[in-house]
Amino acid sequence: MTEIVETKLPGVGTLHDFACQGGKRIGVITHHSDRREIVIYDRDDPDRVSESIKMTPDEARILADLLGGTSVTQRLDDLRQEIAGLAIDWLPVARHSPYAGKTIGETELRTRTGVSIVAIVRHDRPLPAPGPEQELRAGDTAVVVGTASGIDAAARLLARA
Amino acid sequence: MILAATPGTATLLVELGAILIALALLGRLAGRVGIPSIPLYLIAGLAVGEGGIVELVTAREFIESGAQIGVILLLLLLGLEYTGEELTDALRDQAPAGAVDLALNFTPGLLLGIVLGWDVRAAMLLGGITYISSSGIIAKVLSDLGNTGNRETPVVLAILVTEDLVMALYLPLMAGLLIGGDALDIGIEISVAIVAVLVALGLAIRFGNRISALVFSRSSENLLLSLLGLALLVAGIAESLQASAAVGAFLVGIALNGPAEHGAREVLGPLRDLFAALFFAFFGLQINPADLPPALFIAIGLAVFTAGTKLATGWWSAQQVGIDRPGRLRAGTILTARGEFSIVIAGIAVADGIESELGPLAAAYVLILAVAGPLLARAADPVARRLRERDARRRVEVSRAG
Repeated sequence: MTEIVETKLPGVGTLHDFACQGGKRIGVITHHSDRREIVIYDRDDPDRVSESIKMTPDEARILADLLGGTSVTQRLDDLRQEIAGLAIDWLPVARHSPYAGKTIGETELRTRTGVSIVAIVRHDRPLPAPGPEQELRAGDTAVVVGTASGIDAAARLLARA
Repeated sequence: MILAATPGTATLLVELGAILIALALLGRLAGRVGIPSIPLYLIAGLAVGEGGIVELVTAREFIESGAQIGVILLLLLLGLEYTGEELTDALRDQAPAGAVDLALNFTPGLLLGIVLGWDVRAAMLLGGITYISSSGIIAKVLSDLGNTGNRETPVVLAILVTEDLVMALYLPLMAGLLIGGDALDIGIEISVAIVAVLVALGLAIRFGNRISALVFSRSSENLLLSLLGLALLVAGIAESLQASAAVGAFLVGIALNGPAEHGAREVLGPLRDLFAALFFAFFGLQINPADLPPALFIAIGLAVFTAGTKLATGWWSAQQVGIDRPGRLRAGTILTARGEFSIVIAGIAVADGIESELGPLAAAYVLILAVAGPLLARAADPVARRLRERDARRRVEVSRAG
């Protein structure tokens, strides 16, 4: 199993890097500005980046596609299927979310965003068709249906600390 | 159409236009030569101030107000670069490096001020000037050299974070000391200011998400107005609490995150570039070029010495996390650049008028290290390579001899 090292770069973003089997180390810097940078480490001076390639988010996506896409991004693509203005998505209920511990009715999610919760996934077990009295807990994943913008709004509400 | 265009307005527009064009040309020149634009903006200010080539009269007032907004925007955008989590993490993990940095780089300025027979407060300001590295120049050099992913870079960035946090306490401290009065008053003043900063920092970290959601707007016009309004308001309140406007703006920057942060960088970035340029020019403008040559000798000595202490700081800190010698050299050299924040501190001294020698000395000092810092950073890798080759040759010779 390849070991990926994560390093926080305060004010810049996050660096992930790992050693390839050939011996070279390669990494990706995710900048706060969403730009990506690919870095390749020097063989003689392993602390030093010998080559760095800066990419826009679009270019990074193209590269990821060319590399066959990761299983992570493929799953993310599958998760959100849009059908003519209607989207379905999986939204985590954050630990500090003000909605954790409230019932679906109390969240007024549908009134506020037009998004309906059609199921809840708790500890990997689905609770299909929850009623308004169903309680949301931190760590739950809410399966929601609505417009794309409504889902964005719902995601912000549920994730908000 | 400008109604009632008085001769004053016309002069103001012409002067402002001319200085902006001059700054633009200098910025291009800096880009061509590969040095930061800050020193050239300073020189432009020197040229149009008292004793300069031409003296701006009408535009001076506008540039002065612009300079104040420039400081606020500089610090606001600096705060945006950090999340609260990054600040607390850096403080937890890098406290020793931060302490070494403070001890090695604040002390030379402080001692020199005392040796020169200055007021202790002026000496403390000089200590601040030699202490704080330029995050702006360093970020640019890291990116230009493609060194962002280097192993020593997290060390460099963590040192910058601790410096910025120290600034958030140092500026209110100095503001309180400069007002003067009896010891009890000063003590109360400073305690109130520092408690206010700490409380605000806590609030910014804790409620950043909520504040960000409140000011966020999809319309960039609304976003710009609410962000700028918030920053100026908080900066003004901070100033009235003697906690320094710049620190207030820095805290607003830390509080913002998520979409509001992204938007802020986009809409405020160009504004920052404009007003920060005016800020550097204004600092130069306040200094009479005739005062520079006498200060130059001391400035060179101080620059060489404090380049050395920064080099030692970076070297030691990188060594602590197991970085090899070339990386230690890179960390040390890149930290030598001083720039915008040294000018912010020097600007306080000049505005206060506490020590007439400090302004010219600080200007000369920053001119030297803003140019030399990036050049030293660029030289680090070739020098490291030569050292390594020399070591390799020596090993070969040793093995032959043996």
